[in-house]
Amino acid sequence: MWAIAVKEFRQLRRDRRTVGLMVMAPLLLLIVFGFAARFDVEEVSTIVVGEGSEAARGRLPELFEVVETMPGGRAEAVEGLREGRAAAAVVVGPEPEILLDGAELFSAQAALRSLAGAGGPPGGPRPRVEVLFNPGLETSAVMIPAIAGMILVFVGTLITSLGVVRERQAGTLEQLAVMPFRPWEVFLGKVSPYFVVAVFDLVLVLGVGVLLFDVPFEGSIGTFLIGSLLFLFVTLGMGILVSSVSQNQGQAIQLAMMLLLPQVLLSGMIFPIESMAVGVRWIAYILPLTYFIEIARGVMLRAAPLDALWPYLGLLAALGLVVFGLAVLRFRRDLGPARAGARRPAPAPEAAR
Amino acid sequence: MSWGVWEISARYGDRPALEGVTLEPRPGSIAAVVGADGAGKTTLLRVLAGARDADAGEVRRPAPERLGFVSQGSGVYEDLTVAENLAFAARAYGVEGHDDRAAELLATTGLAEARERLGSQLSGGMRQKLGVAMAMVHRPDLLVLDEPTTGLDPVSRVELWTMVAAAAAEGAAVVVSTAYLEEAERATHVLVLDEGRPLVSGSPEEVLSSVPGVVLEVPTRPEDVPSWRRGRTWRAWIREGDPPRGALRVAPDIDDAVMVAALSRARP
Repeated sequence: MWAIAVKEFRQLRRDRRTVGLMVMAPLLLLIVFGFAARFDVEEVSTIVVGEGSEAARGRLPELFEVVETMPGGRAEAVEGLREGRAAAAVVVGPEPEILLDGAELFSAQAALRSLAGAGGPPGGPRPRVEVLFNPGLETSAVMIPAIAGMILVFVGTLITSLGVVRERQAGTLEQLAVMPFRPWEVFLGKVSPYFVVAVFDLVLVLGVGVLLFDVPFEGSIGTFLIGSLLFLFVTLGMGILVSSVSQNQGQAIQLAMMLLLPQVLLSGMIFPIESMAVGVRWIAYILPLTYFIEIARGVMLRAAPLDALWPYLGLLAALGLVVFGLAVLRFRRDLGPARAGARRPAPAPEAAR
Repeated sequence: MSWGVWEISARYGDRPALEGVTLEPRPGSIAAVVGADGAGKTTLLRVLAGARDADAGEVRRPAPERLGFVSQGSGVYEDLTVAENLAFAARAYGVEGHDDRAAELLATTGLAEARERLGSQLSGGMRQKLGVAMAMVHRPDLLVLDEPTTGLDPVSRVELWTMVAAAAAEGAAVVVSTAYLEEAERATHVLVLDEGRPLVSGSPEEVLSSVPGVVLEVPTRPEDVPSWRRGRTWRAWIREGDPPRGALRVAPDIDDAVMVAALSRARP
């Protein structure tokens, strides 16, 4: 028994990645659950619309954090929510209204609780409260767009990295390197089947969500498609990057999980970003899933227009360029120095001096 | 057109892997690269095939379409069938009418009955034969095989060498590395590597005739004479002068020639 334990410790000491994971994973979970794992929302971003909106600002319960005041009526308030500028909108006037964005499930629930305890404004009529976009406050309506994103991370990052590492582990990557392929042909040839599988999975999840769980799909399929493709671009790039620094499938799984876990926990998929402590909130904003979830919930539930989502699309595109660019560079290096930068040569011999 | 490497060197970090190595395989013939583990065989073959660069020297290889390479480990996809593996290689090399060529290779390799079997279900010998078949599916001008016979049973080794000879007969310049010295006698040219440097180079006949001095067979290990064990007896090498009276003089084989070359280098 002693001999096995000593051998195991020696092996473990040399497997720095596993040791790293064993140290980092509890640390990450501690941080996540300590600072970020909260469902209670302490402030709800609010826009106030109509005559006297500035005056109404002070009369709202403390929970409502006014981020914008503007003239207009109900239509402008609905538009503000649709564009994702706030989670609640207060329409000031003879028939006051408070509109809540049901796509922001926890904010809407917190706002409803707060309003139930509060009376109407002194001397005025009690405002009518309405939940828009997800009136039943269904959990499935906000979870299924996010799960679609999680599946894209799973296929794009984990499954892709395994596929590429398998080739390296079997020694066939070297074989591909000397075959008459350009590096980009090998790259696209490896990635495209996973792209197809990921798109199939996406359609499947959304189909089941819409048909079985009655999740609405209010917005433009085109906008959703652009967001999904950009996101897939990032996750496939992460998969190739993971594979390029992994020597075997075990290492690839470890690394891919280290990328998957924070995205599931910190992207707003489960815990609302606005509930997270400010110190850890920045992590959410470097995770691509955060932006995909904003796009998916925006399009599906609120029918958010393209011009309201462009910052998220732009950030995904920028992340994609960085990650995919790095992945292509690493992959070319993997294909061997003799092939890096190689073009399909003319029938003449290759001479190196 | 001649392919090969001339006076190449290659390093892994600070460690030299090859130094001043020249190998010029001729079309229609087989060149064997022989050496112990770590002698630089794989590095030389990888340079020749284009899987890595040489740090100095000249390399001439055909375009990838005209080159076939089997790295250590056969290059067979374990989760594809025999037929699918061959079809992949044929498509990759743009072989027209690849079904006919695949059928021909399956027949000559004896893999026809295993055509629907997965790569992972093949024996070591079958897998190596499939790897070589994949590398020669396009009738390459230069075929580079890294230790295709290592770990195989004697029958599989013979079958594999038959394939290698067939590739040469089709006109390819074939380069095969091996750790088995006796296999070098099947080649038309032999290059023996020792710690990355060429120890002996030439046709098997040239290698044998280049052995200086006399090789003896003796029953026990002699003192003060370089010697090595061969089966139950010993071989001794006398560089200069006459052998002792009554000693049994033997014609050196390739094993002896390589031992003598190594001893010559160690004791110049």
